[in-house]
Amino acid sequence: MPPINFNDIEVLLPLIILVIWACLLLLVDLFIPKKHKWLTALLAAFGLALTLGFTLSQLGSESNGFCATGKPSICMVVLDGFSVLVNALLLLTGLLGVALAYGYLKRMGIERGEYYTLMLFSISGMMLMAQASDLIIVFLALELLSLPLYVLSAFARSNSDSQEAGLKYFLLGAFSSGFILYGIALVYGATGSTSLSQIFEIASVGTSSLLLTIGAALILVGLGFKVAAVPFHMWTPDVYQGAPTPVTAFMTAGAKIAGFAALLRVFGSAFPNLSEDITPILWALSAATMIVGNLLAIAQTNIKRMLAYSSIAHTGYILMAFVPYGNPEVAPVSIAAGLFYLFAYTITNFGAWGVVIALEQKESKGLQISDYAGLRRKYPVLAGAMTVFMFSLIGFPPTLGMVGKFYLFRAVLSGGYTGLAIIGVVTSLVSAFYYLRVVVNMYMFAGEPKTDNEFWLRFTIAGAALVTVVFSLVPQGLFAWASRAVLKLF
Amino acid sequence: MLLEYLAIAVLIVLATVVALIAIGLGGLFGPKKKTVNKSMPYESGMMPIGPGTRRMPVRYYLIGVLFILFDIEVVFFLPWAIVFRQLGWFGLIEMVVFVAILLVGYVYAWKKGALEWE
Repeated sequence: MPPINFNDIEVLLPLIILVIWACLLLLVDLFIPKKHKWLTALLAAFGLALTLGFTLSQLGSESNGFCATGKPSICMVVLDGFSVLVNALLLLTGLLGVALAYGYLKRMGIERGEYYTLMLFSISGMMLMAQASDLIIVFLALELLSLPLYVLSAFARSNSDSQEAGLKYFLLGAFSSGFILYGIALVYGATGSTSLSQIFEIASVGTSSLLLTIGAALILVGLGFKVAAVPFHMWTPDVYQGAPTPVTAFMTAGAKIAGFAALLRVFGSAFPNLSEDITPILWALSAATMIVGNLLAIAQTNIKRMLAYSSIAHTGYILMAFVPYGNPEVAPVSIAAGLFYLFAYTITNFGAWGVVIALEQKESKGLQISDYAGLRRKYPVLAGAMTVFMFSLIGFPPTLGMVGKFYLFRAVLSGGYTGLAIIGVVTSLVSAFYYLRVVVNMYMFAGEPKTDNEFWLRFTIAGAALVTVVFSLVPQGLFAWASRAVLKLF
Repeated sequence: MLLEYLAIAVLIVLATVVALIAIGLGGLFGPKKKTVNKSMPYESGMMPIGPGTRRMPVRYYLIGVLFILFDIEVVFFLPWAIVFRQLGWFGLIEMVVFVAILLVGYVYAWKKGALEWE
């Protein structure tokens, strides 16, 4: 009889609490009348906050869970500083997601309690992704995070754009899952194991095998799809535009964090020996993502589509941090820079999407960039916040985006990839054009924008703007946390 | 070692070729006289009724999904029941967790009226 190990449960405690909470919320929501759906939102937020508390209580502890009997090095899940940091960031994403969604769903007439339950399930998948130390668990987590997102994309059932987004995301997502699964199969064929630590051991003694490299490349393709890297980005603009705006905000941040966490965990702990083959691929992916994302964003007139392309471009910037992953001297610093940038992007991004939600009207109205004309005169605070977010996305001081880009470029330069850094700087300059167009519209043109007064939405926007500015003045503590978290992985 | 399978490979090729020859000869030399009755879709010898692509109530789909869910639950029960003694309390707890999760889905579907055939 296999013993019941309480240490295993301790490793996954926040995740288990979140899943139980989500299941109970699904049931409780059935008995909440349609008029009082605010209660569901409140309970979801409370569950996320509770889980966040348990996650932070794990700070500093390190252990493995669900290990093979008699072999403590082969484990299914792992708890370390990295997973705690990523989980905390994911739960923050969830809280922001709930705050943005509540008023929006009511205003658009699509208020249903399942929204929050699906979001909790998706976050639990993302958290499992950050803790997975076996390829099978990576795959399981990927499905757990993706399936609720497919449903959420099609959440505005009566809107045909939303339906299209859901179907497209589902079909292409299933396709990319196939890539990952095939990659896992090849890696298993080459090494005889799906455990990341075992793969690393076997790959480091033998000569490099072609099968293993192809397997790793296929896993990269699948995860590249999840984080929307060029050339696997085709679904992104359509899905991000069609999905209800709070879902898009949640996807751009949450799915990206989880995807990058898996990328880092899998490649950093299982495939560092393949870096000779993988690094050029990552270099090309990162360069192509920055160039294509930024250039295509220029042509957009719809703000959701523009921010979708901007999210592709930022994937490229974050990918820069992964290029030197095989170099043990640069990797810790560059990955800390990547994590810091993910935090900066999450905060800025939620703020920017929050402003989009504030201005969106029924039937997809109020989403053109020209609809932002005259925002300064009617709503100066909202326009000011949007300006902060746009500056942060460009990388202008004094914002978090600028500090993030500084750390990123510094890490990439110290890894010796000057070409990539130059591409990054030039594309950032290009991006100033389309971000500033929004600012110019708000400040220089006349118009009559409309918004509704929603407390939690305003609160989120103001908070995000404040954090973007204040933390950019004192970023050292945050960066130190990110670097401490990463060092334990290697 | 692979040579041991040669006979099977020969059989596969032979079977394919023979089948293709039979169909090909029939198509080459057989008489083709099309009548209205012959080109009708075959429906067990009866006269076909209505269009070929018929509309189905979406409820079939819903029932199908729910059926698969609980069918798979039973599929998981069976191997557990066989090794029940070896797994002991551990297996029992795991199964209770599994059933509890499915039960949540069941209650949800029930309360939402997915089980009512109206």
